[in-house]
This record gives sequence, structure tokens and C-alpha cells, in this order.
Amino acid sequence: MRRLAVGLVSGFALLGIIGAVSTIGLGQTPQVIRMTVKKFEYSVKEVVIKKGVPVIIEITSEDRVHGFSLPAFGVRGDVNPGETTRISFTPDKAGVFEYLCDVFCGEGHEDVSGKLIVTE
Amino acid sequence: MALNITKRDFLKLAGLGGVVVASTLPGFRSRSLAAEGAGEEFYFVQLSDLHWGFKGPPINPDAEGTLPKAIAAVNALPEQPDFIVFTGDITHTTDDEKERRARMAKAKEIIGDLKVKQIHFLAGEHDASLDNGAAFKEFFGKTSYAFGHKGVHFIALDNVSDPKANLGAEQLAWLAGDLKTLKPDQPIVVLTHRPLFDLAPSWDWATPDGKQAIDMLLPFKNVTVFYGHIHQEHHQMTGHIAHHAARGLMFPLPAPMSVPKKAPIPWDAGNPYKGLGFRGIEDKVKDAKITLTEYPVQKA
Repeated sequence: MRRLAVGLVSGFALLGIIGAVSTIGLGQTPQVIRMTVKKFEYSVKEVVIKKGVPVIIEITSEDRVHGFSLPAFGVRGDVNPGETTRISFTPDKAGVFEYLCDVFCGEGHEDVSGKLIVTE
Repeated sequence: MALNITKRDFLKLAGLGGVVVASTLPGFRSRSLAAEGAGEEFYFVQLSDLHWGFKGPPINPDAEGTLPKAIAAVNALPEQPDFIVFTGDITHTTDDEKERRARMAKAKEIIGDLKVKQIHFLAGEHDASLDNGAAFKEFFGKTSYAFGHKGVHFIALDNVSDPKANLGAEQLAWLAGDLKTLKPDQPIVVLTHRPLFDLAPSWDWATPDGKQAIDMLLPFKNVTVFYGHIHQEHHQMTGHIAHHAARGLMFPLPAPMSVPKKAPIPWDAGNPYKGLGFRGIEDKVKDAKITLTEYPVQKA
């Protein structure tokens, strides 16, 4: 299982993203998570982030239309092949939450999910 | 035709011992029933989540035998229901369009063995989400519709042809128009595949715009929803509207959010067909009640 800690993302890479996300203030360094999705898995199945720090999820599809849904925080997006979908939010609660594909993609659709761990 | 058979007779004669539960729920109260046959007692049977085409011996080593056994059990009921509803996932999904149609053809052939020929089909996401319901419509007809039966207004809603599981603006507009013709005390039964309410969104057990449908139904005093999708019996109220999920006929699933990751419950060799079954629904119109009876695929 691939686990991603957002601290690994370089600050340089973030510069092109910050301007596109209005909810993130200039004084905050967003937590950026990059992953891909294909039938029938996300490339990152477990993510650890910090409560209260803005998050940007960047996701691309390797095959067909998928979804990225994080019901606990009320955010979702379509993930189309050839595009990068960016989903931003600020986790306001700690805990373990599930993210999942909410665009039915075939027999293994139920397996397209991952775990988001929000720490204090 | 009034049903004079009691539930005890119903079970005894059917040879279906080991009933899981039978619950009587308030629902249908006094109402104005003008249509012919209105107010008569009747019952119908709900089958759901057949997943024909599923293969996985650790989950169900009798994948091709379970449905025929359920059909035989329904046919063995001492008095046949007025009609039967299938609340979706008749087939297990496949990317292969030819195979999808082959599965639907075979499932329809087996279902054709039912004595009762008045059958209402709904699609599940496994049937319809990969082609927006195209194949399903070829074999089983429309995915959303309404019909009346002995004074009860039935509404079938499609929350699966859209791969994002929405009812959609067009269907919601149709629902609004359909409801506009009904009186507030009209008994309504809604049939659908996914829960219309947020049962467990992180398990994909929800309909994103289902609340809009529920809000449209709230002004009506007597509304009951029957659905499938979650492969287990489940009962929940949203206001005065009762929502009842049925067991499936291929594999059971765990209770909502009861385990870290949703997955089929493996076959129990010591208790085969555990968690699988179908439901009888009696509308005791004069007593203002709906009675649900859960039946196993075969007696223990």
C-alpha cells in the first residue's frame, strides 16, 4: 500500500497551484496530494494530512471517467482522462475518513477507495 | 380479491421455516379510495440484487443455483402475490456489452419460471450504469414509471442509469408532475435501487439528489420506500417516510459502516444462503398497515 505524507511535496511545485485556489490564503502552505486513478484503484490508498491546513488533491485518470469523493468533507469531483482535477478543502476535524470513486466504473468499482487520516 | 390467509398459514404452507423477522409497521391510514378495487388487501413480493453472472465460490459457491431456488420458493407460496418487483442489480456488471446482454437474457429466462407474470423491474447500477440503461431497457423496459394497484400508487425511480447515481432534473420534474395529480392522503409506494437518503455516502450508499425526491414526497401522509443495493434488511425513517432495504440473492454485505472496508460477507458453509432471501409485503389496507415478512432462499 502506498502511503503519502504531504510534506514530501516540494514547495516549488505548489506555486502554480496556489493562484488557482481561492480558498487558500497567501500565508498558508497547502498540503498537496497527487494521485492517479484507474480501473480499479487509486495510486495512493492512504493519505495523512493535518487538521486546519488547506489541502489540494490533484488527481488524473489513466483510463476512463472516475470520481473522487470525500463525503465527510462534502467535496467531490469528476476525474476525466487527460485532465487534472483539483479539489481543495480545509479539514476541520481529525479522524479517519474514506475517499471513493462515485462514478460507477465497472466490476471493481467498489475497490476504488482510500483512507484519509487527518491528524491534530 | 381479498387475502384471507394469515401470515402463519402463509409460512407453514410455503414450507419456509426460519423466517428472519416479520415486522408490522404503521403506514397506510384512512384515505379516499375511489378506484375500482381500491381498499382491498393484497400483497406483493420484492426480490433484489440477483447479480446474475457473479462468480466467486468463496462468496457464493451456488451462484447459478441461488436464483432458481428463490424462484422456486416464491412459486411454492400457497397463494401467489398480485405481482413481483425486482429492485435492481438483476445482473452483475461487465464491460463486455455482449456478455451483459447474455446475462440479462439468461436472468430473464430464469425469472420467466415465476408463476406470477405481472412483474415490475428496476435497474441497479450493475445493470445500467455503464451504458445509461440501454441494455436494461432492451430486456426489461423503462427504468422509471408509475402504476396503480388497488388504490395504491407505485412509483419506480431510477437512480442508477446515471453513473453518478443521480435521479436527475428530468426525472425529478417527471416525479413532480406525477405527484401533482395525487391527493395528500393517497397511499404511495416508491420502488428504487439505491437508498434515497444518505445511509452511508462513504460506502456509496446514497443518492446525491435523493433528498429532492424525499422532499417532494413529504407532503403525502402515507409513503413507503422499498429499495435494494445494500444486500441486507434495513429500516429507516426520514420524517414520516419509511425506507426498507431488502436482502439480496447473491451475497450479503456488512451493516452500514460496521467494518473499515465494505466487502461481501463470505459464504457460511455451516449455514448456506445465510443473509440471502426475499420479502413479502402485505398491504392490509383496511387495517391501515403494511406488513413485511422476510423469507430465506430455502429453509434451514
